[in-house]
Amino acid sequence: MSYDKPLPVIDHDSRPYWDAAREGRLDIPLCNDCGKHHFYPRTVCPHCHSDDLKFDTISGRGTVHSFTIARRPAGPAFGDDVPYVVALIDLEEGPRMMSRIETDTPESVQIDAAVEVTFVKATDEVSLPFFRLSA
Amino acid sequence: MSNGRDPVIVGVADSALADGKFVKNASVLGHMALVAKAALEEAGLSLSDVDGLLTAGMWGVPGPGQLPTVSLGEYLGIMPIFVDGTNIGGSAFEAHVAHAAMALEKGYCEVALIVYGSDQRSLRSRNLGGRPSVLGMQHETPYGMPTPVGGYAMAAKRHMHEYGTTSEHLAEIAVATRKWAQLNPAATRRDDLSIDDVMNSGMISEPLHLLDCCLVTDGAGAIVMTTAERAKDLKSKPISVKGYGEAHTHWTVSEMPDLAHLLPAKQAGKTAMEMAGVSHSDIDVVQIYDSFTITVLLSLEALGFCKPGEGGPFVSNQNTAPGGAFPMNTSGGGLSALHPGMFGIFLLIEAARQLRGECGERQVSGAKTALVHGTGGTLSSGATVILQKD
Ligand SMILES: [Zn+2]
Repeated sequence: MSYDKPLPVIDHDSRPYWDAAREGRLDIPLCNDCGKHHFYPRTVCPHCHSDDLKFDTISGRGTVHSFTIARRPAGPAFGDDVPYVVALIDLEEGPRMMSRIETDTPESVQIDAAVEVTFVKATDEVSLPFFRLSA
Repeated sequence: MSNGRDPVIVGVADSALADGKFVKNASVLGHMALVAKAALEEAGLSLSDVDGLLTAGMWGVPGPGQLPTVSLGEYLGIMPIFVDGTNIGGSAFEAHVAHAAMALEKGYCEVALIVYGSDQRSLRSRNLGGRPSVLGMQHETPYGMPTPVGGYAMAAKRHMHEYGTTSEHLAEIAVATRKWAQLNPAATRRDDLSIDDVMNSGMISEPLHLLDCCLVTDGAGAIVMTTAERAKDLKSKPISVKGYGEAHTHWTVSEMPDLAHLLPAKQAGKTAMEMAGVSHSDIDVVQIYDSFTITVLLSLEALGFCKPGEGGPFVSNQNTAPGGAFPMNTSGGGLSALHPGMFGIFLLIEAARQLRGECGERQVSGAKTALVHGTGGTLSSGATVILQKD
């Protein structure tokens, strides 16, 4: 069955991130100058504006900063997913990212809950990093 | 300034709607031309007097809307010498007032026209550019983020977590705003509304219900600005632009510095109020962008009308309704009057009408100073204007 939801339009900034995700790793930029991670991937560090960056494999652990339970889909492609949880995850390494929380019980999701990454294959090229509530 | 170039508003106009749709048949550019003429006519000016043109919108993209002042200038048959197509979302028009004020003060133009239009309701085309999954959005759109409501919902959730704010608090705002709409014959939704109605209106993006969200309507509005000196010869009563400020922080909501605190509003409000030399107790009427109920609550706190976290108690007991201590969104706002995609220009129009004393049943008596605050994007931008009648 073909994947009919929107896919990321991958660019030069994000290529290594999506390549890693396809291989089951969460790789995000780490600044060689200020030592901070950032997300989403940029060519210049948003903290200190250095362009001396590398991709670093991170733990995939974090906590829920906030979330919403979508009771109406973001377009027809997401209709079968309703209700679903879109969340902002505070990664253990510092940055915040948007993702989905995979759960059969959306009402069980809470702010500050511990989560860990899981990769959901969309196409041969793209796997999306989703999160699950930690056991 | 004492050289007569202090910026003033000398004309405002908006288009007639029925059930949220334009009454007249015209293209979106035609509706903008009609409200521009009407706003100019208030002052006894015409389109040929306009030498500054400011607009932002979502029409004609891709295509002529990509260069909106250029396309609109052509349609109007004018050659502006000062233009501004700043688009920071629904707050763009508060920023336009700021930018026109600076151009007027500098002597860069004499008559500035700010104009907006959208026929999204008639076209059934509520569409914020589709948010294609490129650049920063490649990290949001694939997850099914409902836009724009999802980001506002996450902010509301976070505010509830940090401060104990409740859905009932948010519903107070929707209900108070509806009561103002009931006093405004031009408002789209004027039926009775209770807190329970809001709570039972169906969850869209938790914790926001359907009636926490603004309307989807058509609409066009225009504002004419000139200098105090020029205004002496015009037929309308000028409203002074005393202060202005603007700021923005993020596009993707994951980059919002603090979900429970609206930094652009805090910054823009501070800049504008300091410039105007006014304090909170000087403000007689406020118009605050109400894309969602949470937008208002966060703005009230950030603008300093109450302390951080106290927005819920502040709006309780219908404090912002007609007869309440804090008259706010007196037209019925984006929640009940109209919301044609970008609402900021209509906040300014209502503020000017309140200061002129033209608001009939909903008139705030003795209103002399107004604060207008717009929010755009996903709580991305804020722009504040302080207006005063002399
Ligand atoms: Zn750095």
